[in-house]
Amino acid sequence: MDLSDLQPGALTENTRYIGKRVMRTEDDKLLKGQGAYVDDMHLPQMLQGAVLRSPHAHARIVSIDCSAARTLKGVHAVYTHADLPASARRRVPSMLPNPAIRLDRNQEILCSNEVTFAGEAVAFVVADNRYIAEDACALIEVEYDALPPVAECRAALLPDAPLCHTDAQDNVAAHINIGFGDIDAAFADAPHIVEETYWQNRGSAHPMETRGYVAEYHATTGQLTVWSSGQAPHHEKKNLVELMAWDPERLRVIMNDVGGGFGPKLPFYPEEALVAVAAVDLQRPIKWIEDRREHFLAITQERDQWWTIGMALDADGKIRGVRLSMIHDNGAFLPWGVITPYISITTTPGPYVIPAMRADLKVVFTNKCATSPVRGAGRPQAVFAMERIIDKAARTLGMDRTELRRRNLIQASQMPYDAGFIYRDGKPLIYDSGDYPACQQAALTQADYDGFALRKAAARKEGRFIGIGIGNFVEGTGMGPFEGATVRIQADGKIAVLTGASPQGQGHKTTFAQICAEQMNVPLESIAVITGDTSGISMGVGTFASRVTVNAGNSVYLAAQMVMKKAIKLAAFMLKCNEDEIVVSNGIASHRSDPDKSISYGELAKVSQGMPGFSMPEGFTGGLEETQYFTPAQSTYCNGTAVVELEVDRETGHIQILNYVMAHDSGKLINPMIVDGQIIGSVAHGIGNATLEWMQYDENAQPTTTNFGEYLLPMATDVPHVDIVHLETPSPLNPLGVKGAGEGGTIPATAAIIGAMEDALSEYGVEFTESPLVPHRVFQKLKQAGAYDRAVER
Amino acid sequence: MEHRKIITVVNGTSYQCEAEPRRMLGDFLRHDLNLTGTHYGCEHGVCGACTVLLDGRTARACLTLAAQVHGHEITTVEGLAGQDGTLNVLQQAFKECHALQCGFCTPGMLMTLTELLNETDDPSEAEIREAITGNLCRCTGYQPIVAAALLAAQRLRSSTDTSFQPQPLPQE
Repeated sequence: MDLSDLQPGALTENTRYIGKRVMRTEDDKLLKGQGAYVDDMHLPQMLQGAVLRSPHAHARIVSIDCSAARTLKGVHAVYTHADLPASARRRVPSMLPNPAIRLDRNQEILCSNEVTFAGEAVAFVVADNRYIAEDACALIEVEYDALPPVAECRAALLPDAPLCHTDAQDNVAAHINIGFGDIDAAFADAPHIVEETYWQNRGSAHPMETRGYVAEYHATTGQLTVWSSGQAPHHEKKNLVELMAWDPERLRVIMNDVGGGFGPKLPFYPEEALVAVAAVDLQRPIKWIEDRREHFLAITQERDQWWTIGMALDADGKIRGVRLSMIHDNGAFLPWGVITPYISITTTPGPYVIPAMRADLKVVFTNKCATSPVRGAGRPQAVFAMERIIDKAARTLGMDRTELRRRNLIQASQMPYDAGFIYRDGKPLIYDSGDYPACQQAALTQADYDGFALRKAAARKEGRFIGIGIGNFVEGTGMGPFEGATVRIQADGKIAVLTGASPQGQGHKTTFAQICAEQMNVPLESIAVITGDTSGISMGVGTFASRVTVNAGNSVYLAAQMVMKKAIKLAAFMLKCNEDEIVVSNGIASHRSDPDKSISYGELAKVSQGMPGFSMPEGFTGGLEETQYFTPAQSTYCNGTAVVELEVDRETGHIQILNYVMAHDSGKLINPMIVDGQIIGSVAHGIGNATLEWMQYDENAQPTTTNFGEYLLPMATDVPHVDIVHLETPSPLNPLGVKGAGEGGTIPATAAIIGAMEDALSEYGVEFTESPLVPHRVFQKLKQAGAYDRAVER
Repeated sequence: MEHRKIITVVNGTSYQCEAEPRRMLGDFLRHDLNLTGTHYGCEHGVCGACTVLLDGRTARACLTLAAQVHGHEITTVEGLAGQDGTLNVLQQAFKECHALQCGFCTPGMLMTLTELLNETDDPSEAEIREAITGNLCRCTGYQPIVAAALLAAQRLRSSTDTSFQPQPLPQE
């Protein structure tokens, strides 16, 4: 029996669970305060750690004196670099190689010599509790020799710039130049060329739960178990195996409930190795929980990019070519390779026909916290640059912004469409499916775009400034190489689904149970989904890049069907009939014409697990279980359009969003309620990116926004009702027809919101080229434009 | 440090404990009483994940010292469901409206909205949004939480459920 026996697309139509708004199986315990987040773990004899961090962005460590800290009552150990075992006296392993990387540098578990960002771990204290551990941190005396920091990525490229890492030849981490088509010809005699420079400042993801780890070591068995608030248990395990020089069969990483992730919980961090080192050293369970200030200092951030983009167009608005140079600030390290900026440049073409393109990318080290994907993962910047330059082109050509877009959209009949680049999965960037013109039109219709001019004129008569903005995007989702799932019928008839992809709120357990219950003809309640445990399934890649429903979901789908094939084969053997005479319903296999002849899934499972004296049908392998690692041929591309109508307060620069439409095509929907939740939540993230979230570093690379008073997340009064329009173009690349849905709301938000702000203030001719666009920057721009020199005319 | 005696009632159960003067209420609840439903999200009083009811009024467990609750009554998220584990009307509405994703901010949201629904069973959408501005959620975009609060209020108005009612303000 193999996959070729299965019916493609079976049991995704006329369904009981798939496509239904099924309430989540996760919710009851979370609503009752019975979640199992990492800080909820209380193990006997457990100690707690605290990390001493560098106050300097760039300095050499001259000496560390831990003597006072070590003698404090309640302190069990203080570790510096020199105190770590040899396997951990090194940098976090690099696991995302790319030939373009010139210096593949990750941080050390504890810094040995040269600190390169404010917040880098220098010492680790273990004590009876966190209060004492933090007291002890304050007693550690570190003498630093300050070095000149490089605080800004453009300055980092200047010839006399200080070096982020003093042993490097310069601050360039990687240089990539890619393209397609004849870019010189595209620009040579173009009737219109528009060019602009855009800046997007960094923020962080800020899941409401910070990072945290618990490690426990059993000396008698050699078993090391680590509980983590992360996104990729098998990835963390691989790192721990290297850093601890540990037998992988005796190392287990578990992620129970995780309070949000959004990207930055994906890379491996030094603190996870530190709890493991201390647990082995002290032979006591060790917990470390990050506080929010540490989260501001030391968990990865994103968006810091400078784009210079040029577009050549025909007289009728057809795009001839796009060229860009982009500088990406990666902070002090490359915890996720150069994935983020690479995604950025390859996202630029979006849903448009671009005959020629050339992109030059410099990934730059600065003495700031490292960057890695945050929800959207480099795409919001690309969409911002592309959509803003299209808005500018429309102004230049005197054409409606949506009409210029419409003229350039890839048509549904052109699918599959080769966009020209190689994507991050190493495969040609081929859009598999989607109807981009229909999506844009659906959003415009829902937003009553045609009626906007009248609304704007009416508002203006009242002295109000309203604007409308649009953002289109195409997003590579469901990237391989694979994710796996094991489906197993247990002896009591219950069905276990195990997968390495750990959720952080996306409702995987419900979604997978829906897929499995549908294939196996059992009630949803029969299914228990176990996620994020490296002992549950041997391999896993992780939850990121909107990839889990595509990869793990299809693995569940395939494995469940394989298990059913086995169950039917065994039932026919037990009931002494042919397989085609077996019907299954609600967990029972019975004879088609003799319903008295029946056997439950549980009974079949017991037989399948081996009973002395019972033989198996020929060709049957033991157990009613199957493991599948679905490996998609390439990424599947979702798409969407955001249309935002908002009002700008001319006097203060504040905005109020009046209407937010998000048209979205993520293929077949397994649970529309969950997908809606993903879209609305990711829109909220985008609103924060566009208008509020500003991670500030001063000229010495000191972070100056390190709490929620200085760095603003969107509140309930900042996020409007989001009006969602679903389009459902099934992906041809996987049997369920699904595409990723978790990031689409974030990706076009900045472009649409800031486009709308510019439109609202169009009479002043201000152009907005940065994100986030905070009120005082709007005010400054208006002031420069002379807006306050005269009263508002009505 | 000399320990302080703390006699308090949490979710209807009396506790007599001792704690260091500097021990925060959140740590006391989570790690001493093992009531881990109250979460720390920021530890500086902004995110609201640690919101509990102190004599019926919302308080931040990350900014309140454990010693301050001596002689007072606390309600945490663990005290909301029925004795048999049945979700209360607000929790049920959260489930039906998909008002939680990761669930980390949820306990604080529930406590803040419990206070609101104790004050009024007919809040407007704007009043609900205003009430939860002190509770940050990164997953939901708030819209389903607002919908859940409206649904719960509507059900409270049309039922005989007395689990939500005005709480007497603490005597000064």
